[in-house]
Amino acid sequence: MIRVNYLDLLHLILPEAIVVLAALCVLAVDLMFLRTSETRVRGFVGGVVSIAGCVAAVVWILHAPQSANVLDGMVVLTPLIERMQIVLLLLSILTILMFMGSAFTRHVCEYLTLMLLATVSVMFLVSTQNLLLIFLSLELLSLSLYVLTAFNKQSGRSAEAAIKYFLFGGISAAFLLFGFSLLYGLSNSTNLVGIAASVHGRMLDPLLVVALVMTLAGLGFKVAAVPFHFWAPDVYQGAPASSAAFIASSSKVGSFFILYQVMVIGLMGAEGGAAWHGYASGWVPVVAIMAAFSMVLGNLVAITQSSVRRLLAYSAIAHTGYMLVGVVSHTEQSFIALLYYAITYALTVLGAFGVVSVVEEATGGDTLSHLAGLSRRAPVPSFCMLVFMLSLAGIPPFAGFFGKFYLFSSALTSTPGTLGLLWLVVLAVAMSAVSLYYYLKVLKNIYVAERPPDSAPIGVSFIRQIVLCLIALSVILLGCAPNLLLRWL
Amino acid sequence: MLAWTIYISFLGALAVMLLPKRFARGARVLALLAAVAGFAVSLMVFAKHPSGELVTVARTPWVPSLGVEYHLAADGVSLTLLLLTGVVAICGVLFSWNIEHRAREFFAFYLALIGGVYGVFLSFDLLLLFAFYEIAIVPKYFLIAIWGSTRREYAAMKLALYSFVGSAMVLIGLVAAYVVAGAKTMDLAQLAQFPFSIHFQMWAFPMMFVGFGILAGLWPFHTWAPTGHVAAPTAASMLLAGVVMKLGAYGCLRVAMMLFPRGLDPWGFHVLGFGSWRDVFALLALVGIVYGAMVALVQRDFKFVIGYSSISHMGFVLLGLMTLQQIGVDGAVLQMFSHGVLAGLLFAVVGRMVYDRTHTRDLSELERMHLSKVIPFAAGTFVLGSMASIGLPGFSGFVAELQILIGAWRAFPVFAIVAGLGIVIGIAYTWRAMQKAFFGKSDRGAAAPVSQLPAITIPERLGAAILMGASVVIGLYPQVLLRVIVPALRSPLFEGLWRGSSR
Repeated sequence: MIRVNYLDLLHLILPEAIVVLAALCVLAVDLMFLRTSETRVRGFVGGVVSIAGCVAAVVWILHAPQSANVLDGMVVLTPLIERMQIVLLLLSILTILMFMGSAFTRHVCEYLTLMLLATVSVMFLVSTQNLLLIFLSLELLSLSLYVLTAFNKQSGRSAEAAIKYFLFGGISAAFLLFGFSLLYGLSNSTNLVGIAASVHGRMLDPLLVVALVMTLAGLGFKVAAVPFHFWAPDVYQGAPASSAAFIASSSKVGSFFILYQVMVIGLMGAEGGAAWHGYASGWVPVVAIMAAFSMVLGNLVAITQSSVRRLLAYSAIAHTGYMLVGVVSHTEQSFIALLYYAITYALTVLGAFGVVSVVEEATGGDTLSHLAGLSRRAPVPSFCMLVFMLSLAGIPPFAGFFGKFYLFSSALTSTPGTLGLLWLVVLAVAMSAVSLYYYLKVLKNIYVAERPPDSAPIGVSFIRQIVLCLIALSVILLGCAPNLLLRWL
Repeated sequence: MLAWTIYISFLGALAVMLLPKRFARGARVLALLAAVAGFAVSLMVFAKHPSGELVTVARTPWVPSLGVEYHLAADGVSLTLLLLTGVVAICGVLFSWNIEHRAREFFAFYLALIGGVYGVFLSFDLLLLFAFYEIAIVPKYFLIAIWGSTRREYAAMKLALYSFVGSAMVLIGLVAAYVVAGAKTMDLAQLAQFPFSIHFQMWAFPMMFVGFGILAGLWPFHTWAPTGHVAAPTAASMLLAGVVMKLGAYGCLRVAMMLFPRGLDPWGFHVLGFGSWRDVFALLALVGIVYGAMVALVQRDFKFVIGYSSISHMGFVLLGLMTLQQIGVDGAVLQMFSHGVLAGLLFAVVGRMVYDRTHTRDLSELERMHLSKVIPFAAGTFVLGSMASIGLPGFSGFVAELQILIGAWRAFPVFAIVAGLGIVIGIAYTWRAMQKAFFGKSDRGAAAPVSQLPAITIPERLGAAILMGASVVIGLYPQVLLRVIVPALRSPLFEGLWRGSSR
């Protein structure tokens, strides 16, 4: 093992350290100076401090790019990983900005602290290739998210969702730990590369199969893949909008990144194949089946939803299915396609939650009928929602279309000469045709339905409008010029 | 320069949307300007274009890592359809001059749809073409769902889902072709040169053909069309029948048939008397012709008559394509233009001139109104339009259908006869609708219940004159269009197709 001194280590994880520091600052400022201030002021100051922390971390990463692989894969930094960290930080900044004005709790600064801690944990999550640290950062992430989900104390739904999330999460963490321990037992290493070396060339023995299934169960929970998706609808519906947005965006991006790492780096020797006429046992067929079921179940169940948040939850399950196709094909190209998809999806869904919370604050509910006539009450958020929904449905020129195209074409390229994954791609495209129905249903209520007779125009705070427009614009821009992101990744 | 047709339309949509509320009425003027500008651009290029050769309009890398380009180009076929789009777009605005309800949004969606259509006709990169193809779906939904009439939400959703299912099939074919060719290019000309294996073409061709065919009203996937046409506001049904259905037919020709010419080859065995996909689709087209005409014969709703007649006429286009004879395919392209203009005209008469004034489209109610006396202009226009549409010599419909029939006669003689039967039924339903709607008998005793209807306005007269004029010009001197269509279809791009037909 290479020896590193602590100062060097601190240097490597300085961005995370900055964010932790910002989290502590938020708490301290609140405690020391703002005890008697109004909630709004505290929220504003806390938000500014947290954003400043995130910006500082971004600036630091950009200013001093590093690459390293120290302590048996505990901290791994490559240009790609640093960029992912920047993306995650930007997502957090957008989330905090968008929900700065919403007042569902008096403990705004504690809320922001947890948000920052969750950000730190996803940052660690993407920058490690060691089972131990993966587990630790996943747990830190989950614990922050449980609390964030439960944060709305006035709402019974919020508490219920958090309990469900916690119970499912706890069990899946146990599965994951069990799987990891088996992997460690098999390979005598916690480093993904070391595990790969010992798995490689070995027959698929029962122990490895158990380890593999357990690991997939634990990680499948994080990305909300069928059959580990049960928490998603309740959490998306019950949690405060900003927590749900964070779970749907940053947490998803980070979890997919690590799912890919664990599977492709750690279990490279045991991948098997899911191609038509090319079946071989391993983790690829398992993921392929999860992908297929996620797409089908997510899309079909989303059709019957009347609450927009639940609809977004099932659509998230469906999108997990699409993204798992990228894991199934596991080529370099499909990894980039997966990241492009995950990032643009995160942006889109973040914006969608922003609009949902605008509606909730004005009308007190999030069912489809609460959206009726929104386009005449709040034209700007409505137009943004149009962009988001169509992007989720995969309509050009929005980012969702190019993401799907890239993901599916790279899936077909992964089995040269034989179009082996065509069955999965056909299913995915067919299901995305189904999905247009419920996305259009949302838009129908916004644009077509008559507004309720006593409704007044909805005032939306300036910052929120700017953020929404910014996200919508970036969804359009990344769709029209995908190269901007592809070249950078 | 042609690329500006697209940009003008989208910029126009943006401008209309951003118009301050006070100037909401200016929206229609702006939309008209945008439509006229788009038409002017394509007319100018058309006039300067000596023959139908392929000219590149714009070409820059779009996503270099995937080999996708922003590649716009036009040949004779595209030019013809661009002109059609321009004409119908102008007239559509003229016929929606009376829209007051959320006018800015209406014209914004309208122009966005036009922009998407121009984009499809100009794209020579498959991904780009597909992107524009899908862009055209969404505005249709809103145009129908917000400004439509009978069962508009149902019809709009049905149309959107049918279109999207069709485009999903196209997408699968596209991605598969891209991956199989493995050349990292989406360029239509380059992919068309690639020798895809016959096995691959045999499943990719029908999938893509049906995918595009759904939008072209291919029987039995046509059911979105009548409901959609009927529910849509006048301008939208003009666009739907006039241009959007052509998108499907254009895709069949330009993408499905050009990429996979060998998909039309004989299978080498017979199932139920079919020897190839060509036989299957020709039969479906034929069924569309006859079925559409027969259903139109028994409709009570005036607009449904025109809706089903569109299915019948689009059947001719598809039959023409399947003949794989030079003359048949020429005729198919000409029929796209002809039907676009005439369907636009007929829908304008029914939707704007009659329905907006009488508020009914029920033929038996219209029968009692003596519309020929109350709005003689509408009656006259409809008579001329229906004459053109049943294929009277001197109008565009005649030249087009004649060519298709000659092509069909060479390829499948029996089908040509049945298609001729379809024309006869066409005369019957047109006659019936005309008789009932405008020249009803006054046997019900009392004087006409409708004495006074608003007079036909100037924009309506202008729009009708433009559409009628276009049909007559092409009918009298089809060479105007054929001079660009024929060389375009003879170009090396379509070579594979003719090679197939000689086999």
